[in-house]
Formats: sequence, structure tokens, C-alpha cells
Amino acid sequence: MPDNLLEIKNLRIEATVYAPGEKPRDVVIVDDVSLSLARGKVMGLIGESGAGKSTIGLSALSYGRGGIRLSGGEIRLNGKQIRGASPSVLRSLRGKEVTYVAQSAAAAFNPAKKLMEQVTEAALKHGVMSKDEAEKRAVELFRTLSLPDPENFGNRYPHQVSGGQLQRAMTAMALCPKPDLVIFDEPTTALDVTTQIDVLAAIKTAIAETGVAALYITHDLAVVAQVSDEIMVLRHGKMVEHGTVQQIIEAPREEYTQALISVRSIEHEQMQPTPAPLLKVDGVFARYGSMSKDVLSDVSVELHPGQTLALVGESGSGKSTMARVITGLLPPRQGEITFDGKPLPPALKQRSREELRELQMIYQMADVAMNPRQTVATIIGRPLEFYFGLRGRKRDERVQELLDAIELGKGFGDRYPAELSGGQKQRVCIARALAAKPKLIICDEVTSALDPLVADGILKLLLDLQKREGVAYLFITHDIATVRAIADSIAVMYQGRVQRYGPKDQVLSPPFDDYTDLLLSSVPEMELGWLEKVLAHRKMTSAGN
Amino acid sequence: MKGMTLSALLGLFITGLFFAAAILAPWIAPYGMSEIVGDIWEPSSADFWLGTDNLGRDLLTRMIYGGRNTIFVASAATAVSFCLGSILGFTAAVYGGWVDQAMSRFNDLVMSIPTLIFALVVLSVMPVTLPILILVMGLLDSTRVFRLSRAVAVDINVMDYVEAARLRGEGQRWVIFREILPNALSPLVAELGLRFIFAILFISTLSFLGLGIQPPAADWGGIVKENREGIVYGIPAALIPAVAIVTLSISVNLVADWALNRTTSLKGGRGA
Amino acid sequence: MHPVLKLVIQRLALGLLLLLAASVLIFVGTQILPGDVAQAILGQGATPEALANLRSELGLDEPAFTRYIEWLSSALQGDLGTALSNGRDIASSIGGRLQNTLFLAAVAACISVPLAIFLGLLAVRYRDRWPDKLISAITLTSISLPEFLLGYVIMYFFSVQWGLFPSVSNINSGMSFLEKLNAVALPAMVLTLVVLAHMMRMTRAAILNVMQSAYVETAELKGLRRFTIIARHAMPNAIAPIVNVVMINLAYLVVGVVVIEVVFVYPGMGQYLVDHVAKRDVPVVQACGLIFATIYIGLNILADVISILSNPRLRHPK
Repeated sequence: MPDNLLEIKNLRIEATVYAPGEKPRDVVIVDDVSLSLARGKVMGLIGESGAGKSTIGLSALSYGRGGIRLSGGEIRLNGKQIRGASPSVLRSLRGKEVTYVAQSAAAAFNPAKKLMEQVTEAALKHGVMSKDEAEKRAVELFRTLSLPDPENFGNRYPHQVSGGQLQRAMTAMALCPKPDLVIFDEPTTALDVTTQIDVLAAIKTAIAETGVAALYITHDLAVVAQVSDEIMVLRHGKMVEHGTVQQIIEAPREEYTQALISVRSIEHEQMQPTPAPLLKVDGVFARYGSMSKDVLSDVSVELHPGQTLALVGESGSGKSTMARVITGLLPPRQGEITFDGKPLPPALKQRSREELRELQMIYQMADVAMNPRQTVATIIGRPLEFYFGLRGRKRDERVQELLDAIELGKGFGDRYPAELSGGQKQRVCIARALAAKPKLIICDEVTSALDPLVADGILKLLLDLQKREGVAYLFITHDIATVRAIADSIAVMYQGRVQRYGPKDQVLSPPFDDYTDLLLSSVPEMELGWLEKVLAHRKMTSAGN
Repeated sequence: MKGMTLSALLGLFITGLFFAAAILAPWIAPYGMSEIVGDIWEPSSADFWLGTDNLGRDLLTRMIYGGRNTIFVASAATAVSFCLGSILGFTAAVYGGWVDQAMSRFNDLVMSIPTLIFALVVLSVMPVTLPILILVMGLLDSTRVFRLSRAVAVDINVMDYVEAARLRGEGQRWVIFREILPNALSPLVAELGLRFIFAILFISTLSFLGLGIQPPAADWGGIVKENREGIVYGIPAALIPAVAIVTLSISVNLVADWALNRTTSLKGGRGA
Repeated sequence: MHPVLKLVIQRLALGLLLLLAASVLIFVGTQILPGDVAQAILGQGATPEALANLRSELGLDEPAFTRYIEWLSSALQGDLGTALSNGRDIASSIGGRLQNTLFLAAVAACISVPLAIFLGLLAVRYRDRWPDKLISAITLTSISLPEFLLGYVIMYFFSVQWGLFPSVSNINSGMSFLEKLNAVALPAMVLTLVVLAHMMRMTRAAILNVMQSAYVETAELKGLRRFTIIARHAMPNAIAPIVNVVMINLAYLVVGVVVIEVVFVYPGMGQYLVDHVAKRDVPVVQACGLIFATIYIGLNILADVISILSNPRLRHPK
């Protein structure tokens, strides 16, 4: 028996890019990466998008997605070189020695087959055990993963169970054939935060009980700190740093790792409420079209000039509906909204141009928030033209001022949105909102589609602009860390109601109600042993189950 | 037109040739349209490049004039179907609600009857004249354009940038012409090509069945009808329009394909 | 009631409604449009008396709604009226012709459906390599031609030049099955080519869509054989879209028959319809239009019902 289960040496992975209108060209996705993993150990692969972490994970199965080639180096599994091995050799080890858990279990399960059939399939095909044994093991795994009604869980079809359950079922599917190694590819990323913690705990227990080795791929350092023994940090397809969890978290050597760890260390001094609120939402009820249930019921919050109110909640909590109600896209069924001391007409069409100008919005997905056929200068210039009648030189000068304000230099005005990076796009959207000189900007999950370091930059910019321009933010997010960083007051939303509301220090200090406690305690912290500590004193099970 | 692929350029060039021949027909055709210049079904010769037809008329001349009629009717019908279909489709998408429902359901109904059958039913009671042909073809085909332009506009209409324009307070006109139209143009141009080809095939079919362009006027479908008896004697005169139709539709297809690909690459980039 | 059953019943009811609306449209198309039926039949030189006589004979004096109800109710009882041009009973003229048309369509379907699926699979197997490109090129060319021209091209080569099959498809009840097959060989070949392109391209797209899904990757990462993956994971999910493709193309085929019958002088519904359009024989046109529309709409509904039935999410509700 060789010492190490998985031994990767000088791995190089390339892909051919077919950009329209250009000649196909080869790009290097992973360059000179080496790692070794001992039996029963868990290694976390961490990095931002484009770091090549999923590609490396799949290379342990000697598999490349759509045109990706494992072009150089060694990949040894149980001592056998598997890079470039024949299809029959690969078939004999995939699903037997090494298995895979995908990010989206909902897509990875065949919709036409029952869960049990799919969970036991690999074990049966490889002749690892008999049908009875496999089904018995599956039920045990369902139990270990705390799935409801483990005896009968396998009789269901994938669409009949929730997303969190499906992710655990996929873990069971990976563990069923008793593999030596499991690749977890962002298994909790698509889940709500309170569901994530349960799935994470289930995976951790299952790994411990089966003694399997694992590569755990994620972009969230706090998550990986809970399940791994060691961590490898990747960036642009290269290794940045490798060490034990403790060393990486507590004493990172590289600057990039330090930056990843210190993300969200933004200092923001909480401001006290002023006597006259800028925005007052009073007893609002709202529902969509012919729905019989309210999406918002009896919501009342206030936002003071130049301050930030954070609306926090999970998917389906009604926080994005709040944005639609305030902007007038969805007139409330009942209740009133006051802006700057005057009642705001409920529907968009009834509002004056001045009322529209004072209230701007920034979206989550910056790519679809800008017309791909307009240049940056047109996008930022249009509000100047529309609200202030600026034209020609004056307009161009103001556009440049705004570009400077969002820290994009000269020459960006002529570019199209597709020529910008994710962070730059979001900055242009901020400039477009600022161009109207608004009193309030609604920020709908503006950082959640961005990598942590980029998101950090956007948050700093927003705070900076708030200081200079005195603009107020209604900040909609599911991310508690962001809220801690920038909010002055917080409204926690749950099932269409405001669960808890007040100044930040008050909302974030005990005593908590059950839901707020669950939500706050579910946010992974960069601390060893955090998961166990949290699970030990929970009052309420996750909202997603 | 920079960034055009070679095949698209070739397609554009050949399509241009066909249109030029159609416009310049009286000047470039070697003989008069219904002038009887030789024996029936003469083989090709220096005098008659493509031979003569069932009455002894020069086939090349008939093909050029036929192309003129076929292309004219197809273009006019495409213009009718496009103007009507895209305007109604955009209207349905932007207004939504019951306007959209009523228009879409009626469109589904008309599309549920095969186009050719519907055309035959209508043409059985209407006098077969050029304006009526164009109108019937255009109206029936506008259902397809309606469906596509509505779908494209509905997709664009829910984009955040359109919502952003609405929140800014922009009017319906700005939304349709500045936000939606520029982004809908490429798929619509590609569809324009496909609808034009369909119109060529359709008018040829109608003429072949004797319900399209009426003799003595020439058109590609009619030439097949006039010379079909020759086939059994091994005279391929009736097959000549096949070459013309295939060449034209493949050329238009090449251009349409390029226009469609341009849409996908347009996710962004300059010069687009 | 099981939700699937409910959906299917809903779809069938909607189909019947659509059919009813289509019959109105066909009726309106011939009766209320600006063209005057009597004038159209008799031509410009008709005397006013002759026009008046014909109008009352056709019942044109009565309100359109009454005429529609009468027309539809007798059509539902199998009485399609009599032809104006020869005074014969339409239903009995159509009977044998409908059979011939369905025979031709069936032969074409029996060849084209398996062929299209096979070629679709082949194109997926050799995606973006030469077999895929060759299949695409051939099918693209064949849809660039109108059906009737494709018919003459094939007739010219297969019948006139090489003498393999008869150029005119005479068929009668006295012929044996093989003789009949020989007679319809060329029109069936043309129809096959006409629908093959669409069907094969749509099949290719449907299979590719399934093969690129994440659950096929999961199966591959379980170390399953290619064949097992296709048979156990891809097929159950690909059958529904493929059946849908087939149905839609069969509907298309029924319409394509109309022109092909004229080319090969085949005694079917299509030729009957085209003849009587030229003769402006409105009752025949209406009857044929209604039958074609019924078959077309019926096949489309069948396609919808099959895709409802094969959807696991609907079959096994939460």
C-alpha cells in the first residue's frame, strides 16, 4: 500500500476557448499544482471563481468537463497513474474508488428514477455488494445524514424532496459504494444559510463515520475550516499556500490568504437615528397578482437620511418584494410609504420625475442590469440627460466625474458592458444610480454574485460614497457578514414579516428570538470547532427543512 | 459590415445577384418574356443558354422574369408579415395582460390550421390577383413572426435594464425603441431571411398548383407547372427552377445564420 | 383525481375547443370574406339570374351563423354535402381517397421515423465530425427546395433516367400490397426526405440536450458503460421529446402530402382538394380543409398528451 491515497504532481490542465469571431486558442486553467492526500484525511481546496478548484477536483476522477484536457503531470490514485488511463480502467475506478458530490444535486439526479435506485447504482454496477446489502447501507447512510424517514426515503423521486435533502442524498450516493475518496464540489453553496449548516454537519458526521478521505471544494474559507484537516489556497490556477487548517486560519503566510481571511473587516461606525426619517414604511401588506397569500404582511420600518437599513432574510422571506413595493413596481395592498415627509404614490406611474430621481436602485446581477447595446458613457449619461437636461460637453464632464468617483479611470466611457469585469460592471451601476443625485439607493443583493475580495471593494466604495454624498441605503441581503459591516439599523425578515427590527447593536445582541438566533448562529465563522459549538445549543431547526 | 464571415459574404453576394437580375430583368433578358423564339423544348445552345420551354420560349428569359415575379411577391409578402407580425408581437409583449392573452390565443388558433390548407381554403373563394396573394401569404405568415417577436420581446422586457429604464421614468417609446429593439434586432433579421425563403417556397408551390401567379406571367413555380410533361420524356426543363431556388435559399440562409450567430456573440463586444 | 389525468383531460378539452374554433375559421374563410362565392364559381360573365339561383341553392341568403351550425352539425353526422362541380356526395368521394392518403403517409412515416431517429443518434455520436456535418448539409439542402420540385427531381432520376419506379402513382383496391408499395415508392421517398430533415435535427437537439445534462455526467462519474448510460439514464428522459418531435413531423407530413399527390397524380385527398380549389367547389374545399385540420390538430394534441404522460414530475406529484 502506498502512503498516500491521492498524489498529484505538477498537474497542468488546458482548455480550448472558442470565442466567437476569433481563432480558437488554448488557455491554461491549472498550472503546476501538486498535492497529496493521506487516507481518511480531508483537504479543502479554496479559491475565488476561476481559481481552477473544481477542475482540480474532477481531475482526481481523471475527468475534464467540455473540452478540458489534463495535459501534463501525474495523478496517482492508490498508487496507479490515472491521467490518460484507458476508458475501461477509468470506469473501473470511478464510482468505486473515487466518487463525486456536485454543487447542484437537483440537476445531478436523474428525474425519471427513484432515489434508492440511483444511490445504490454504482455499488451494484461495480459488484461491491449485493442489492440487499447496498440498500441496507443506503438506509444507514440516510440515517447518518439525518434524512427524514430513512427506511422509505429512497422510494421517492428527486423532485419530491427538498434541496437540502437532495444534497444529503447525493452524499449518500457518493458514500454508498464504500469509496476511498469523495470529491465534494461546493456541496452547500446553493443552499440557504440555515440549511447549509445542517447539510454541513451531516457531511462532517458521514465523513467521520465512514473514515473516507475527501477533497472539499468551496469558495468559503469559514465553511472549509469546519470540515478539513488541511487547506490549499488556489488563485488563477496556481497554488498560493498549503497548510493545516490551524496554520491557514490563524497564521496565513501569503498576502492573498491574509486578504481572504480579513475580508469583511470593514470599520463602520453605527449612526444614531435622526428625528425625521427619510423613508417610512408603515403597515404594508403586498401580494403578487392573483395569489391568495400575502408575500409581505404588516411590514413597518424606517430609514434615516444618510444611513443604511439592512433587510436580512433567506430566500422567500419577502425582502426583494420590499424593493418592488418601495419602487412602485408592486403597489401595496394596504399600508403607506412616506418619503422625505411626503406620502409616496403607491404605483410607479403616479410618481413624479422628481420622486423617481430621488430613489434609485442597484441590482444583484450587474450584467443584466445594463443594456448590452449601450456604452458605459450612454448608460451613466442617460440619467443626467433625463433628470437634469445635461447635454454635450457638460454631460461628458459629469460622466467622467462619476467614473472617477467609482474609481474607474479614463477610457471606460467607450466600453460596452461585456468588456468589463464583474466588479467594474457593478461600479458602473453604482455610478448610474449616483448620476441621479438620489437621496436613497436600494441595493438588492449587490455583492452576492461577486467574489469576496471584489465584493469587499464594492462595499468600501458604497460606504465611502455615503460619507461624501450623504445618500441613504436600503441594503437587501442574505449575508450577515455584510450586514455587520455596513448597517446602521437592521430588519430581520422571515416569511413576509419583520421578525426583529432596530439599531444594529440592539438587533445583533441577545436576547434573540428563535429565528434570529438560528440565522445568526448559522453563519459560518472562521474558527475551529465552531460547527460543533453551534449545533450544541440550537433552539430551532433550519427553515429550509 | 465588418467581421462578416466568408460564407456570409458569399451568401450576400449571390443574394444580391438574384435581386439585381430581378430588378434589371427587361434589360438583361435576351428575349421578350412571352416571345416564341424557337421549337418546343430545344436543348441548350448558344442562342438559348437554357433551351426553350413547352411553347418554344427562351427558358433563360422566362427564368429571369420568373425570378422577378417570384422575388417581388415573396419580398412584398415578407414585408407585410414582418411589419404586422413584429409590431403586434412587440405590442403584445410590452402591454401584457389581457391584450397579450387575446392576441396570443388568436394567433395560436390561426397557427393550428396548416398554412397551405388555410391558403387553399381562402384562395378557393378569392380572385387570384397579385395583391390578394401577397396579402394572404403575408397575413398567414405574420403568425410566425408574431410568435417570435413576442417571445424575444417578452424575454428582453423582464431584463433588469428594462426595469431600470422604467424606474427612471422613461416612456413606452424609449423602452421599445431604445431598450428592446436594439437587442431584438439580430434574431429578427435572421428570422427575416428564413421568412423570405419560406415565402419563395410558398409562392412557388401555389403557382405550381395553379393558384399563384397566373400565366402568361412567368414565375419559378409556374415554369415547373408548364414544363412538367417534359419530365417523362427526359427533358429536364422543369428542374431548372430547382437550381435557382436552392441557390437563393442557401445564400439567404448563410446570411441569416451569420446574423443569428452575431446575436450570441453579442453578449458583448464592440463593433457589433 | 390524479393530477396527470386532470391535465390530460384539460388538454383534450382544449383541443376540442381549438378544433371548433378552427372549423369556424375555415367556414369564415370561405363564406364571409369579401369574395362572393357565387360570383367566384360562375365567373365574371354570369347573369344576375344565374347568380341569384346559385345563391339560394347554396343557402347564401340565410344568415352566416345559421349556415355554419347546419354545416357543422351535418358534418359531425358524416354528411359533408354534395360537390357543386359534379353533384356527387362528398363523403363517399373522400372515403377511398382518405384511405389512399393515409396509406401514403403511413408508408412515409414507417421509413422516415426510424431513419430520422437513427440519423439523429448518428449525428450525436459523431457530433461536429464529418458524419454530423454531412447529414446537416444534406438535410439543409432538402429543406431549401419546395416539396413539388423535390418530387420532380426524384421522378426525373429514379423513374425517367434509371427506370426504377413508376412516375405516376396509380393505385386501386385491386392491387396487392406489394404492388401498392411499388406504386407509392417515389412519393413516399419524397415525403420522407421532406420530413427527415426537420425530424432528424430536432431529434439530434433533443438527445444532445439530455446528454449534456448533469445527471448524465453523474452516471459517467459512477463509472457506468456508455451503453448503460444511454439506456438507463438518457433514454427514459429522451423518449418524451423524441415522441413529441415525431408527432409534430407526422402532422407536417399530412400537409406535405397535398402537393406530392399532385406531382405523382396520386388519387388521394390532396389532389382532390387542389382540383376543387381550382374549380371553386366550396363545399369540397371546406370538407377537405376540416379533415386536414382535424388530423393536424389531433396529432399535435397527441404530442402534448404524450409529453404530459412521460413527465416524471407530473406522474409522481409531491
